[in-house]
Amino acid sequence: MRLSLLFFLLLPLLSACGAPPWNSPYPTAEEGKNITYASFAERPKHLDPAQSYSSNEITFTGQIYEPPLQYHYLKRPYTLIPLAAAELPRPLFLDAQGKPLAANAAPEKIAFSVYEIHIKPGMRYQPHPAFARDAQGKFLYHHLAPTDLDRINKLADFRQVGTRELVAADYVHQIKRLAHPKLNSPIFGLMSEYIVGLKEYTKTLARAQKCLAPGSQLDLERYPLAGAEVVDRHTYRVKLKGKYPQFLYWLAMPFFAPVPPEADLFYGQPGMAEKNLTLDWYPVGTGPYMLTENDPNRKMVLERNPNFHGETYPAEGEPGDMAAGLLKDAGKPLPFIDKAVFSLEKESIPYWNKFLQGYYDASGISSDSFDQAVRVATQGEADVTDMMKEKGIRLQTTVTATNYYYGFNMLDPVVGGYSEQARKLRQAISLVIDYEEFISIFANGRGIPAQGPLPPGIFGAHEGAAGINPYVYDWADGKPKRKSLEQAKKLLAEAGYPDGRDEKTGKPLLLYLDLTASGPDDKARLDWVRKQFQKIDLQLVVRNTDYNRFQDKIRKGNAQIFHWGWNADYPDPENFLFLLYGPNARVGKEGENSANYENPEFDRLFERMKNMDNGPERQKIIDEAVAIARRDAPWIWGFHPKQYGLFHAWYQNVKPNLMANNGLKYARVDSAMRARLRREWNPPVLWPLGLFGLALVAALLPAIVVYRRKERQAAI
Amino acid sequence: MLFKPVLLWTDVLLWLLLAGVGLYAWKVRQREHLIRPWRRLLRSRSGVASAVVLLAFVAVGVLDSLHFRLPLEKQGSNTGIHYSPEVLSVFDLIAGPLRKRVEKTYSAPFAAHLYTKETIELPGGKQLRDYPRLKYGGAHLRDPERELGEDVVLTALQGGAYALILLSGLTVLLSLWLARRRGVAPGAAWATIRQGHDEIPWRTFLITLGLLILCACLAVVFSAKYHIFGTDKVGQDVFYLSLKSIRTGLMIGTLTTLVMLPFALLLGIMAGYFRGWVDDVIQYVYTTLSSIPGVLLIAAAVLILQVYMDSNQDAFDTVVARADIRLLFLCVILGITSWTGLCRLLRGETLKLREMEFIQAATAFGVGHFRIIARHILPNVMHIVLISIVLDFSALVLAEAVLSYVGVGVDPAMQSWGNMINGARLEMAREPMVWWSLAAAFVFMFVLVLSANLFSDRMRDAFDPRTR
Amino acid sequence: MINYIIRRILYALPILIGVNLLTFALFFVVNTPDNMARIHLGMKHVTPDAIAKWKHERGYDKPLMWNGAAQGGKQATDTIFFEKSVGMFVFDFGRSDEGREIARDIKTRMWPSLAIALPVFVIGLAVNITFAMLMAFFRATYIDFSGVVLCVAMMSVSGLFYIIGGQYLVSKLLHLTPISGFDSGVNAFKFIILPVLIGVVGGIGSGARWYRTIFLEEATRDYVRTARAKGLSELSVLFGHVLKNAMIPILTGAVVVIPLLFMGSLISESFFGIPGLGSYTIDAINAQDFAIVRAMVFLGSVLYIVGLILTDISYTLVDPRIRLE
Repeated sequence: MRLSLLFFLLLPLLSACGAPPWNSPYPTAEEGKNITYASFAERPKHLDPAQSYSSNEITFTGQIYEPPLQYHYLKRPYTLIPLAAAELPRPLFLDAQGKPLAANAAPEKIAFSVYEIHIKPGMRYQPHPAFARDAQGKFLYHHLAPTDLDRINKLADFRQVGTRELVAADYVHQIKRLAHPKLNSPIFGLMSEYIVGLKEYTKTLARAQKCLAPGSQLDLERYPLAGAEVVDRHTYRVKLKGKYPQFLYWLAMPFFAPVPPEADLFYGQPGMAEKNLTLDWYPVGTGPYMLTENDPNRKMVLERNPNFHGETYPAEGEPGDMAAGLLKDAGKPLPFIDKAVFSLEKESIPYWNKFLQGYYDASGISSDSFDQAVRVATQGEADVTDMMKEKGIRLQTTVTATNYYYGFNMLDPVVGGYSEQARKLRQAISLVIDYEEFISIFANGRGIPAQGPLPPGIFGAHEGAAGINPYVYDWADGKPKRKSLEQAKKLLAEAGYPDGRDEKTGKPLLLYLDLTASGPDDKARLDWVRKQFQKIDLQLVVRNTDYNRFQDKIRKGNAQIFHWGWNADYPDPENFLFLLYGPNARVGKEGENSANYENPEFDRLFERMKNMDNGPERQKIIDEAVAIARRDAPWIWGFHPKQYGLFHAWYQNVKPNLMANNGLKYARVDSAMRARLRREWNPPVLWPLGLFGLALVAALLPAIVVYRRKERQAAI
Repeated sequence: MLFKPVLLWTDVLLWLLLAGVGLYAWKVRQREHLIRPWRRLLRSRSGVASAVVLLAFVAVGVLDSLHFRLPLEKQGSNTGIHYSPEVLSVFDLIAGPLRKRVEKTYSAPFAAHLYTKETIELPGGKQLRDYPRLKYGGAHLRDPERELGEDVVLTALQGGAYALILLSGLTVLLSLWLARRRGVAPGAAWATIRQGHDEIPWRTFLITLGLLILCACLAVVFSAKYHIFGTDKVGQDVFYLSLKSIRTGLMIGTLTTLVMLPFALLLGIMAGYFRGWVDDVIQYVYTTLSSIPGVLLIAAAVLILQVYMDSNQDAFDTVVARADIRLLFLCVILGITSWTGLCRLLRGETLKLREMEFIQAATAFGVGHFRIIARHILPNVMHIVLISIVLDFSALVLAEAVLSYVGVGVDPAMQSWGNMINGARLEMAREPMVWWSLAAAFVFMFVLVLSANLFSDRMRDAFDPRTR
Repeated sequence: MINYIIRRILYALPILIGVNLLTFALFFVVNTPDNMARIHLGMKHVTPDAIAKWKHERGYDKPLMWNGAAQGGKQATDTIFFEKSVGMFVFDFGRSDEGREIARDIKTRMWPSLAIALPVFVIGLAVNITFAMLMAFFRATYIDFSGVVLCVAMMSVSGLFYIIGGQYLVSKLLHLTPISGFDSGVNAFKFIILPVLIGVVGGIGSGARWYRTIFLEEATRDYVRTARAKGLSELSVLFGHVLKNAMIPILTGAVVVIPLLFMGSLISESFFGIPGLGSYTIDAINAQDFAIVRAMVFLGSVLYIVGLILTDISYTLVDPRIRLE
């Protein structure tokens, strides 16, 4: 009641001409500005490029840091182009004696590869207090006394800022940081296999750390690293063991972005971490945007970096891009948008409704629940509802480089092993799980059934008839057709379980599925999976556990069938096939091969394929390896989800790019159109409030009557 | 054997509870002073009406607590009978058609088509994008668009007719029985019922029962042809799922109190009776427990259970068994977080009783502590226990929904209103919105909690000595 | 009085130690430090070295309760339990497992929680008392009866429905307030309206009904009868006597929750995206961040005990007959 009254009082105030709608979650001052609005569901844990790995972190780090390379925004298949580097580096191969080898030398001869990277001169860091100097050229904030921090609560409380040119030493500094004992870089383990001297380097640093006086910090400049050295102001060299062509992909990730040593010195001062002033919280980069506000409880704001060195919109793309209007801005300077506001949004209902009301420009591309909203038919085109079409909402889909699969634990006595019987059992199970139906029901058609470990679009995967998994599909009428249930029953009988019973004991075959289900959708999914197994009279027991336990089980090899997923780091077949590489097994070796699949032939092929350059020879080896894996069926190959995003009409230049994570600089917003449509879509509706008030009065009237009567009685 | 009975832990407890209620009823019947409050309760109209509704819910819950496993359809030749791992209940058998008539995915209440467009292959090889017909819902209609309205009205009339017949039969039986008991003519008995002059409000009883029967009849005739609350994501009938959730709600509401009761009684009375250090220790325990935020305690406890189940996997080989243990555990932990209130009340009451003359006298005569507690104190605090059981019931049913929402409620594989609401989070964020799961959960929860609230109100009036 | 308060505070210490012990036990039965490390380090490429390092940095590589390897007093002090608990008592919560300073987080997140909880509490109290007074005034008429029925019906609706329904109606259909979110300063106003409205409406059922019984109980006392017999009008009896006396149980009942207002509401905060302590706790549970959960449990217990002490004090303030000894 009181509140509705307040509404009426505020009415003239709010409905002033040109003001944003009442339900706008943004301040009035932002109306009509060149700002884009997005959301994040979980606060990013790390923004330090040595540590950040999750996709929700890369949304930010991708815009702030500039590694040497990047993916071309429009071209497909994904192509690497220089970002901070002047050109794509070419490896120089050396033999064990350090003598150079030809570019086409046999991989086993190559002992080292050396990458020499030239970076563009004249790039400058974002304004940051770590660079601020006084008149004498001394750093202003590098020797703060504890009391100096008393009135500092956020980075913006430092008055002075400065900048400096990006130099090659910053890149080397970051590579050294990967081995820093205080930072747990997720790729340290992997990189120490390749970068010369990195493994020893971390031990050196750890030793140095111990002798350090309390309060002071490790100066990485004093400890050289053999595998990464500065050549001149704008050139540095990375030395790898053996041949590792995939290294270029890593050079496009923030792990290899520059970090100025000044930042480490600045943030490393005592008292900083207590105020949450860390590189994890306030990154320092050269990219088009800088993080100006970081309140992960509510919102994070990226603003245009005034020192950005400048880049132009790509002039060429895929064939369809011109027609799609993606090349209109060719050659124009990037970035287009001044500011990006990311608001915290945990619940799907408010998120979805805010998008529909126009308060988010695009649907979060990786947010799962949000994508429930649109229905895509299994074979048909993506379908936006009429209401959304009317609003001008567009839909874009791409197949992701992700696998969701059910794995068989190859160490399990029932489903595991390499006997013909076990293989047939696995093939039979792979056959009955109807992924077409799964995708249609649970993923709204957002996905394609996997034919093997490689998603389409990755080198080595085949399209069409050549690409189908012959153990599960037939090629009929120009599309893959799942083999019949009879086939599955036959395989099951051959495996020794006619009608789902053990031939010898007659007991029904009981299988166990391990997964972590906690979401509201999961019950339905579990029911569905059980039904699939029942189609060939297999009894499935679902064991649902929390994530910790599940991990533990997989690590110990106690699972039988389990649900798992993999998200590619880079678009190379090696990044998928290594999930089946024997020496990479989970049990005992702590690798990523959760099925503990180990086939010597496959392993041999993988080792040969791993370091090859793409070409027909590599293709042949991949085909052989994939054929072996399909026959052994250590996974039910599952499906590759399609990512899709919804975009409002005012949000332009969007093309989903799974590998590139620095797409913000290309996007453009028509803020006038947005402001107009928002007002059109969100007119405040007041009459129900009036109605409510009337109803209240109506309810009170009889009360007054009763009161009168009572008074009168009392008077008598 | 035709079936293999399965005794779940919660079933056992439920039957124990029912046995306890039976025992109590038998005892009450013998003692006039114990019967009196119940009589008072039966004389109030809202008390009778809510009791009827509650009993209907309890009936469904009890039927759903008789579990068994059916033999597999295809039996091997020489190896004895093997049973399906799927655990069913008597209620599942009764509602068999509802359980088995599964569509592909979402469909709205009373719809004859799916809720989403799909590509349909026409006989001529052409393809069409349209809403496909449902396999079961409205399958008897040739042209649903024209015939649906008419069919619904006709079916409703049919259901109404059944309900009327049933209700008249019951009314006649009731009149005859009352007439025989009072030794008057059946017509006269009917007249008093109609005018509402009976001591027990039979008219209210009949009206409530009539409404229930009407709903039941309508539900039966409609769900033979349609999905009255639509279908969920995998095409299961939402009405069936809501009915299945009744058991979960009842279990949480009743077992929690049952589990905590012995502790609360023992500790509360001990603290009040012995005072001194016993009182200090018990007060310390419950202050400590009650100062921990409940959700946190529950979350931690549920995680512990997961660990336990994972290390003893063989004991829980079916999804049902796992879900059941989790339900039981949830009851226990909810009990632990909520017994402190009752404990405090009992302590206060015992402190007061202890100073009463009759207990002072008993102490003076040298009667043992145990006897005094059992004979004199316990019966005199029973009304507090009864009232708080009934009062807690509705709060617990509501708490279940919130806990499931936070992710520490019943097992996701178990049907419950909380899980339905939780699932509706995603459904409400669809376009067009799927609202019926939420609506069904709302309706069922509301009716159960409302009748429980009304009942507890009346119960408090009838039992609280202060209102006498 | 001062003596009494000091004694109560001393008495609170064993309770807090008990709370600490209990939460500690609960969490470490579930979670080994290894599991915690794995969750925090992410999913990909986690090596045993990294886990060991993570545990060492946060002091989780020590024995849980008893360090047999250490000497003398260190056997009890050089353990996870001791190290992690002592700081609590001086409100030094340490750092969360992901490295943020917890005390700072709590300080900043307390205000949004309060911005919702305090208006809900105050407006709720006012609205509930108004409704209860109305019902008490018209007692035994159909207005009273329908009011009670309405209250019971409103009580029977799960809080989740109020939130979902309120968002749907007010924000989606009527476009009156933002669906969720928060802002600092004056801008927060439009975000607060809806959660407060829903909080108040959701509480009317039980609140108004409870206060009504208190009023009615008070209205049957002798002094009220005397007042009426003196010929005072019904209104002045109600306001002059009944309300004044009924405020004692109402206020003392309400005091105990005031400190807990800081903790915020778990469900409503996460639904409305309020960056308060309620959503902080839920996040911590989901992320299994032991340090935060422990801090929140401790804080909750402290506030609860403060509430109890305040209640006792408020008794003496409103009722001079009671003395705290």
